Amino acid sequence: MSDATTDGGRESALLRLLWKAAKLLATVALTFLGLLVVTFLIGRVVPVDPVLAVIGDRAPKSVYDRVFVELGLDRPLYEQFWIYLHKVFTGDFGESFLTKRPIIDDIARVFPATLELATVAILIGTVLGIPMGVWAAVRQGRLADQVVRVLGLVGYSAPIFWLGLLGLLVFYARLNWVAGPGRIDIAYEYAITPKTGLLLLDSAMQGQWDAFRNVFAHIILPAALLGYFSMAYISRMTRSFMLNELAQEYVTTARVKGVPEWRIIWVHALRNAAVPLVTVVALSYANLLEGSVLTETVFAWPGLGQYITNSLQNADMNAVLGGTLLIGAIFVGLNLLSDLLYTLLDPRVRKQA
Amino acid sequence: MTRRDWLLSDQPASRSQARLGQAFRTWLAFRSNWLAMVGLGIVVLLILVALGANLIAPHDPLLGGDLRTERFLPPLTEGHLLGTDDLARDIFSRIVHGSRLTLMVVVLVAVIATPIGLLVGTTAGYFGGWIDTVLMRLTDIFLAFPRLILALAFVAALGPGIENAIIAIAITSWPPYARLARAETLTIRDSDFINAARLQGASSARILWGHVTPLCLSSVIIRVTLDMAGIILTAAGLGFLGLGAQPPQPEWGAMIAAGRRFLIDQWWVATMPGIAIFIVSLGFNLLGDGLRDVLDPKARK
Repeated sequence: MSDATTDGGRESALLRLLWKAAKLLATVALTFLGLLVVTFLIGRVVPVDPVLAVIGDRAPKSVYDRVFVELGLDRPLYEQFWIYLHKVFTGDFGESFLTKRPIIDDIARVFPATLELATVAILIGTVLGIPMGVWAAVRQGRLADQVVRVLGLVGYSAPIFWLGLLGLLVFYARLNWVAGPGRIDIAYEYAITPKTGLLLLDSAMQGQWDAFRNVFAHIILPAALLGYFSMAYISRMTRSFMLNELAQEYVTTARVKGVPEWRIIWVHALRNAAVPLVTVVALSYANLLEGSVLTETVFAWPGLGQYITNSLQNADMNAVLGGTLLIGAIFVGLNLLSDLLYTLLDPRVRKQA
Repeated sequence: MTRRDWLLSDQPASRSQARLGQAFRTWLAFRSNWLAMVGLGIVVLLILVALGANLIAPHDPLLGGDLRTERFLPPLTEGHLLGTDDLARDIFSRIVHGSRLTLMVVVLVAVIATPIGLLVGTTAGYFGGWIDTVLMRLTDIFLAFPRLILALAFVAALGPGIENAIIAIAITSWPPYARLARAETLTIRDSDFINAARLQGASSARILWGHVTPLCLSSVIIRVTLDMAGIILTAAGLGFLGLGAQPPQPEWGAMIAAGRRFLIDQWWVATMPGIAIFIVSLGFNLLGDGLRDVLDPKARK
């Protein structure tokens, strides 16, 4: 009897989980379709004539008309959108007017640089941000709390590109502690064979430690800068989650039992605060993509952000929209991932599912 | 009875006395938060400087001095408090005039984005059903893009310039307000006073405009104030990338971009406008935090 009921319960729980997953997937698909509509429509209202961009402005009328038809511009808008959809799903984002290569190849080439920068930055932001947030919560209203608050406020208020320029001025030009703009010095550029495209990883795997040091000297300043902005956000959120946990009854119980305070803070409370923190870290990882547009411009970092701004300044709309779409897709993906992790990590949410 | 007693009376004799008293109490709570007062001071200063730019700026913001002798004067030079740039223009005067552009961006974005957000959010929350689903899906799509990237794509489509930058930022700013307004609407749409209005035959538009929107306003305004620093930073970022205000306009982000070429030897050209951006967005952040503490009872605990 009892076996049957638990089995039935498990089955329906599984069904509910599947139902939730299906709903989530439908939402994501719909959002992605929306992204495509937005980029498609932006691509249609651009003042740049796509035909002239292909043939130049000296071609005769007959060539213009032929290319106009070839690009499908004579068809109704919904048909053009359908063609656009079809192309996007086969990985065809068109050709860049600037580099004369398929957008998808260009993006594959520049994306590892952004990924490497954002990953180092989120590591810095998380490793510093979480302990700082915990510290601020434990010493609420005291000096430590104020310090963390001020650091956060500066992070929310300072323009990132300006801090980047100041960083270059102080740490590169004046103190010479770090290397300048770019990812790697030319002297080392051909010392490592690109495998993953992540230069820190490539150079370490190939035992090129000189090159590794050079790459590190290049990445540390922009990554620290982006990491600072994540830290500002992560520490603020950690503080509020921890304050919430430390006011719970299980903390009082643990204190009464005589559990040492460090254990209450770092083991009991932080473990419960960790669940929403996963979402926060995933979100700030996604936000780093946004920060990277300005940071990459300042540091001449050959990543996705610089690719988008370069293409923008040269009116290369295919490239801009391809890059925008990719960033939007990553954003949606990370949001989905954080939702799923939240469900997996928190038994209370899991049961409701 | 002093004016203060009249305001703080717990038995107001009229509706206006009650309202004024409520406002006065809010003000007293706000005044006790000195950081919020600093923020308010910065914002008021920004408005005053923008209004009196012609009186405050000692030099012309667009026309430079003598190109042979007055280029790249360092800060604290006689007559040039913050030095001069590569075209011998007084940086202080340019920053003072640039405050007008910053204020214009913030005000226009707020004026465009807030009503859109309110309209979408209250409509979705009040009617529910498929209207809610459609409008909120739309909102989610806009939220799915990082703001700066979407603004970049819009500016690319509309062409560079400060007006287009404002439109692009406004288009990307309304979704959080819509979400907030919807959440507020959901909590009040089934309350008795709304039902009473409906029974009296008030139209949906009238209920939305006259009863629902005013109640959503305070939380949306707090959110807008908190967002203003972000709006300023986005506008400055667009200016820095050459997609916002165009030279020779003294927009702070564009000034940093122009000063970037001389960063190593003439550091002040790029540094000074950055300080201005930093102070102003700090001011809006402090003001927004203070307003939230005073006006939002949920955040107060």
